[in-house]
Formats: sequence, structure tokens, C-alpha cells
Amino acid sequence: MSASTASPRTETAGIPASPWQGFAPGRWADRIDVRDFIQANITPYTGDAAFLAGPTDRTLALWSRLTAMFPDEQARGIYDADTHTPASITSHAPGYIDREHELIVGLQTDAPLRRAIMPNGGLRMVEGGLAAYGYTLDPAVREIFTRYRKTHNDGVFDAYPAGVLAARRSHVITGLPDAYGRGRIIGDYRRVPLYGVDRLIAAKRAEKAALDAHPSTAEIIRDREELAEQIRALGELAEMAASYGHDVTRPSATAREAIQWLYLAYLAAVKEQNGAAMSLGRTSTFLDIYLERDLREGRLTEQEAQELVDDFVIKLRIVRFLRTPEYDQLFSGDPTWVTESIGGLGRDGRPLVTRTSFRYLQTLYNLGPAPEPNLTVLWSPALPDGFKRFCAQVSVDTSSIQYESDDLLRARWGDDTAIACCVSAMEVGKQMQFFGARVNLAKTLLYAINGGRDENSGVQVGPWLPPLTGDALDYDEVVSRFDTMMDWLAKTYVDALNVIHYMHDKYAYERLEMALHDYGVLRTMACGIAGLSVTADSLAAIKYATVRPVRDDTGLVVDYRTDGEFPAYGNDDDLADDIAVGLVRTFMDKVRQHETYRNALHTQSVLTITSNVVYGKHTGNTPDGRRAGAPFAPGANPMNGRDRHGMVAAALSVAKLPYSHAEDGISLTETITPAALGRTPAEQVDNLVGVLDGYVACGGFHMNVNVLDRATLVDAMDHPERYPQLTIRVSGYAVNFVRLTREQQLDVVSRTFHESV
Amino acid sequence: MTISAVTAGPLQAPAGPAGITGSVHSWDLSTGVDGPGTRFVVFTAGCPLRCVYCHNPDTWSGRNGRRMSAAAVLARASRYRRFIGAAGGGLTVSGGEPLLQPAFTRAVLTGAKELGLHTALDTSGYLGTRADDELLDATDLVLLDIKSFDPAIARRVTGRSAAPTLAFARRLAARHQLVWVRFVLVPGWTDDPGDVAAIARFTASLGNVERVDVLPFHALGAPKYAALGLDYPCADVTPPDASQIARVRAAFTAAGLATV
Repeated sequence: MSASTASPRTETAGIPASPWQGFAPGRWADRIDVRDFIQANITPYTGDAAFLAGPTDRTLALWSRLTAMFPDEQARGIYDADTHTPASITSHAPGYIDREHELIVGLQTDAPLRRAIMPNGGLRMVEGGLAAYGYTLDPAVREIFTRYRKTHNDGVFDAYPAGVLAARRSHVITGLPDAYGRGRIIGDYRRVPLYGVDRLIAAKRAEKAALDAHPSTAEIIRDREELAEQIRALGELAEMAASYGHDVTRPSATAREAIQWLYLAYLAAVKEQNGAAMSLGRTSTFLDIYLERDLREGRLTEQEAQELVDDFVIKLRIVRFLRTPEYDQLFSGDPTWVTESIGGLGRDGRPLVTRTSFRYLQTLYNLGPAPEPNLTVLWSPALPDGFKRFCAQVSVDTSSIQYESDDLLRARWGDDTAIACCVSAMEVGKQMQFFGARVNLAKTLLYAINGGRDENSGVQVGPWLPPLTGDALDYDEVVSRFDTMMDWLAKTYVDALNVIHYMHDKYAYERLEMALHDYGVLRTMACGIAGLSVTADSLAAIKYATVRPVRDDTGLVVDYRTDGEFPAYGNDDDLADDIAVGLVRTFMDKVRQHETYRNALHTQSVLTITSNVVYGKHTGNTPDGRRAGAPFAPGANPMNGRDRHGMVAAALSVAKLPYSHAEDGISLTETITPAALGRTPAEQVDNLVGVLDGYVACGGFHMNVNVLDRATLVDAMDHPERYPQLTIRVSGYAVNFVRLTREQQLDVVSRTFHESV
Repeated sequence: MTISAVTAGPLQAPAGPAGITGSVHSWDLSTGVDGPGTRFVVFTAGCPLRCVYCHNPDTWSGRNGRRMSAAAVLARASRYRRFIGAAGGGLTVSGGEPLLQPAFTRAVLTGAKELGLHTALDTSGYLGTRADDELLDATDLVLLDIKSFDPAIARRVTGRSAAPTLAFARRLAARHQLVWVRFVLVPGWTDDPGDVAAIARFTASLGNVERVDVLPFHALGAPKYAALGLDYPCADVTPPDASQIARVRAAFTAAGLATV
């Protein structure tokens, strides 16, 4: 699979007379139903990776033009920014990397890596983001968004109640999308190539017209206005595509057009929305139908098919947003979460694996490892063996992919489900979420002990409870107080989220992404918890050992003396794991008691992204022996070094957390040394396949797999220039290791590496 | 403060073989290192050898173990049947030296077979005579550590004779028992070319050895010596480089053995 000579692009001979020629008909032809199109036309692939093609010289040349720009971008923080033009779908003239040699075109602004400003989410993010990198916002833009136009951020702070502000200030609730775009909405970008924009507009018009019969209540008025915005956005998409010379009003006729149309639809979304996660969906098998048709009819070779996929992925790798350093503390490494879900099975048991599923993964070889797009394999033990082995091989070689249980996803959300961000499942085009960041459960436990006072500031944040007396902490008493504190937390949290999403809909509505959804979308209110393992271990310490609080002269408990042994979460020990399971259930039940904006379905995640570091930084000493300021474990991971029975035992502890009470996902990050997977490369692949099969069979939901030596990371900290593409999985996404802050690098290096001793 | 991760919960020792107790150092779920696939590994406590490069000196003394019944070990192992069933793998009894506690080891292995698990015994073979046929019948794979063929080298490296291990290897061959030989390459201690060639010839002559694992010495056990207040004889040993490993592997391969 070495580089071959450039393939001269022959203009596609024999374009099909009709864009749907050769496709099996079905319901999809009469209404918007991409899943039905896939089911009717998929060619599942059960073979191995031998058919794949390497990169062409053209691909390598194009990619190297960009990689040459990355060191500058990394050194300065951003490569460039347009400080004058508030971004919209049509705000910028067409941009190119190398116009003559690009197969798939389109950039967010008029030049690669030039970041756009998107003030609708919040002006502070824009100004702070620019200032951090030495840029100044155009005063005219500032005036528009202060004097004439309100932002989402302004709206939220107009309506936050005092209790939310206090909880936010003390970091017991952190990372809320109240100053930045919420993201985690996946437009069904496949609809644009399959149907063309004209047909989509007609369908939206019909949906809107159907509302005319309803009385004009607040809900119906909002829906009508949103549909009108959606229709407008689709029109702008067509206009933007036309500026690149593509007529997306009609369906695409070839694979190259299908990839281009799909990318332009996605591009329209990322031109306008700086969402925390701007995920792509589940596109590989959809596009495979077009690629297979062109291959079958002689319009493409395998080399050309791969080249198109490589070019598309190059574009996905350079999606950029302007963000502040504070944001980077939460979500480090400049992630965009262009998450693409690959694989899985259909409801009928057929694999949804196609050759293009392989081609997407192949980009990690052709272009080298990279954090984006966030390639996510929907895993089931029933997937074809050739695909499973190729995925495991890619993990061993690149540490760039993550796995989610297709068995859990399919049963809960159906077989056209994609992951937004890290672990958030949604049925494509039918479901969206209100992203809710997360609350700090460990800090809440400290509030329970301190009667609602913050352990760092001493300020009364939570509800007042009488001071604890007595020498040692009593488990039942602590649990009862913790329950009270979690009641308060859940109420305050849902309050905050309702305000945020009301204002986001009002001031920064994702009109293009929602135009690529059905009307009558299922909304989830995606709550989240951080610090699960430190909280479970602290409770286990109180229950099974003797924990004596240490008070300062104001009576505030600031430390703990813990005597005796206690079981720790992460060892498949029910004594500790049951506490963690109980926490997940309890907090979810409390969240469910509160009414949500737009009647969203309550869900929660056990996910921290990289914010485990900043959450830990703001949390005092905990009864498990963790010191103040020390990072939490990421996601649902056990605390570092406390999982003593190997990776599988740790994974099985995590697998006990009930997905039914954490339907926004449960994240586990594992780092394994190559030798701990097996003695030979083939054995490592076999054994990783086995571990993933076993984990999913036992109810595990998500696993980030890193196959790395600690020494490599240590060397990369000292010599970042030698590791420009070193990619590691953190909680739910991947990052260029060298782009993490030093603090976060140290956290990663100090985490448990499962190695054979 | 210490954090223990031991399985709590009183597991009463039943009567019969499963009621036999042993001294257990710890258990682990490991992948790719203690036999094929993902395995539940019981490390027994106590070993008659004092190999200079041992990376688990904390398993030398039987006193460092906890008394556990075979039934308790099997109850823990049975939790992983589903995982191991999907992942491929089984149960391994390792140590320490499992054959220092043959009745316990036999009970665990036979019980594991009854659970439907693939079984492996990781042993130095020094106490091979203590493994009766019933124990070996319940063992699908023997991971046999051959340290040396040369009596003098064996004594220097392990403190004991090589003869019992070699005799056990011959017995396993006569039984047509599947064996993976494990050879730890310790520069300056076990890398004598003549001795390596002799081990390779001997191993190849057995006919029941499916593969040879050449395990490069690593120093990850050093902190354990410090913690136990013991001198570490291999403190100055540098792990072998790729060419040294390749040379030793080549010696086994030349004898007609599959070597990894």
C-alpha cells in the first residue's frame, strides 16, 4: 500500500442519466428516509483489508501543504483569524488549499486554518479568543453585538437565577455551554446528496404548512419560525455551494458529487456554528452505495475511491473554531469532535460494514494518525471478523479510534444511530440533544459533609445543614446528607440547563443542522456527572474504613484521616462498584424529577472529556485520600493506580454502570502497552478483538483504546517536534498529545498503563 | 492508609476438593501474557527457587499469601466465564510455584475444567513430581519455564538443580501434553550461547512444544526488592537489546521451534 503515481482525473464519463439510476427503489424515494435507502442498497463487506489502496502523490502533496502550516498554528495557538466578518453560511468567498489539486472543495473561511468569528453564541468567547492570540475584534462587529444584537451568552445571564450563578462560580457545576455553542447536534448531511436541497426545502415547506392549522401558541409560533429559518438556511447552503461551482439543489449523480454535496452540507453547519462538538454522523456506508455504483459501472478505480475519501478526510481534519484558553482547559487540544460512526449491525443482523468503512479507517495510514475526524467504531461481537481485525490493527498502530457498543445502541436507539461528540447517541435526523456539560459529584459530597459550604472558599453554596459532630464520619449520616445535597444539585442543574437551551434556541439556533432533521425531533436533556470514581471510593472509605474529618478554625472540614482498608472501584469488587452504580442511579432519578425545556428526555453521561483535570483542580481533599487539586479519573475510569487486577477487571467494573441510567454514555479510557496485549503483532490484534468482544458481551458501553508505552509520551513531552502526529485517546476523543497543556500531559502520563509485569 | 482491592465477602470453604485451601498471593485478569487470550490468573504464594531475575519476589514466601479455598478462587473465576467466552482465553495457575501446593492447584484446575474454561499451569517444573496425572489431565497447556540446561548455570541462576525441570519436561512429552516453553533472556546470566543451544536442542527433541517464548529481562520488579528489603542481584543488568533477543530467538528457530 505504498504511494502510487498521481491519477489524472478523467472527467467522469457516463454520468448516470438519473441520479438514482441503479439504486433499489423503496420508501426512501417517496419521502425523506435515508435509513431506508441504506437498507435497500447496502453491499455489506465481510472480507479483510487487502483491497485497500495507499495514498496518491496528489493526496500526499495536498496534505503536506497543510502539515507544513501546523507547526505555526501550534506555536501561535491559531494560524489566522478573520476579525471582521461574523460567520454565516454565505459570509465568506470560496477558499481553497490548492484549487487545482483538490477533489473535494470548501473551507470555513476564504483560507485554510483561518478561523471565523461566530458572535451569536457569545461575544466574550470571540473577544477572549482573539485577544489570547494577539488579535482585536473589529469595533464595528463589537458594536453590532453589543448595541444592536443580543447573544446567547447575554440572554443566559439575563435569566440565570442566583442559585445557578453561585453553583457555577464555585465549580460544582462547570463547563456549561452558556458562553459558547452547545453543539452535539448532528444534521443528517446525507440528505443533501440523496435528495438535493430543492426537495428538502419542499418537505420543510410542507411541514410548516401543516402547522397553519394549529392555533398560534408559543410552541407553535416558535416551531413555525424555526422552520422558516431552516428553509432559509437550506437556500443559503445552495448559494454557498454554487459559489464553489456545485449545484446542490439537485441530487448528486456520482460518488464524487455525493461526497462533495455531503461535505458542503456539513461545511454549512461549521461555517455558522461553533458548537462544542460538530459531529458528522454515520456517513461511510451511505457513501459506499455511491462509490460501489461508480466502481461497478467503471467510473472509479479503488485508488480513486480511496483518494476521494482521503480528500474528504483532509477537509474534516482542518475544521477550526476560535476558542478561549479557559475553554481549552476544559476541552484540551483544540477538539472539534467531527465524530463519524462506523460499522455496527442492522436490525436484521446484517453488518452495516462496507468497503468504505475500511476506507475511512485507512485514512489513518494514508495521512497518518490524527485526532479528527473522531473515528468511532460501533462494535458488536457479531461484526465480520475481517473488519474487527482491521479495527484492532488500526488501534494498535495509531491509538486513534474509539469503540462503542453497537448492541446497546441498536437496542435503544435503532440501527441508524450516530455518536455526537464522544459517547452521545442519537438517531440521525430524528434526535438531537441539549448538551449539559456536567456536575462535580465529588465536590457535592464535600458539600454534604460541610453542610453546603464550599471546602475551598467556605462560602455557603448548597443548602445549609447542621455541622457534623463526632469523631469519625458515619456512613449512613453522610449518605443521607449527600442525598439532600444531590436533590439541590439536580434542581439547580436542570434549572441552569433550561435557561441555557431556551436562550440558545432563541439567539443561536442551529438552523442548518435542524433543517436536516425531521420535524418532531426527539430532544434529550443531556446531564452529566464528573468524579464518579473519587466519590465512590470516598464513600467506600467512609463505609469500610475509619474516616476522621480534619477541621480548620472556622469548623470547615478541609481534610480527612483515613485508617484501615477499603475496597476501591475498578477491581470488579461489588462492595465498591455497587456504590458507583448507586450513585449513577440516584443522581439520574433526581434529575428526572425536574421539568425540562421543550419536554426533553432526561439523560446523563459519565464522561469528563479532559475536564477531569480542571474539576480536580477546584476540588479539595477527599475522604479516599486524593489530595486537593489532584485530577479526577477521566469519565467512568477508576482512580489512577487503584485498579489492581488488570484492565479487564477495571473494564468490568465500569460495565456494571447501567446504560439505562446513563443514556448519554459511559466513557472508559484504557491505555495498554503493546506487550500487555500479546507477544506478537498478530496476537495483539487477536487479543484486542477478544477484549472488545468480551467487554461488549458483558454490557460495556464505550472504550477508548490506546496502545502506547509511557516512555513514548515522556519523550514526546520533552521533544514535541518529533511527535507532530502522536495521537492519544482521552475521554471520548482523541488529541495530538503535543497540543495538550503540560498539566494535562502529566495527567495522561500518570494514568494507569496496563502493562505486563 | 492503604487501599485494598481484595475480594471481600466471606466464602465458606465447602467440603471436598473445592474446600481445599491454598496460599494465594493475588489474582489478575491479564491478556496475552499468561497463555492464550484473556485469562483469569491465580498467583499462588511460595516458591522453592530464588531466580536472580525474578520480578515477583513478593511471591517467594508462602506467608505472603492469603488462605483461600479453591471454591473461592473458582467462584471469582466463574464471574469471567462470559467475558472469557467472548474474548477467548481461560484460567492460569501461576505463582510463586503452583506445584508447591499441588492439591490446591489440582482442585483449581479441575474445577476450572468443570466451568468449561481452558486451563494453563505456569510452572518452573522443579516440583514436577508433585503434579499427579489427575492434575495434568485437567491442564490444557503447561507454560514451562526452562532456565538452563547446564547444571552450573541453573544453580547460579535459580539456586537449584536443572534436572527436575528437565525430567518433568520429558514426562510431559511422554504424556503428549501441550507445552509452551518460556525462556527468560537475562544478559550475563542466561545468555550463554552454548547453554541456549542446548536448551533449544532439548526442547526440540521433546515433540510436544508448540512454541517458545523468549522473554526479555526487564527491571520492573526492582522496586519490589527494595520494598522487601532484599538485594536485587540484577540491579546492574541492562535489558537485552533487539539484536540479543533476535540471536536467541534464532537459536530456538534453528532447532525447528516456533519462537516468539
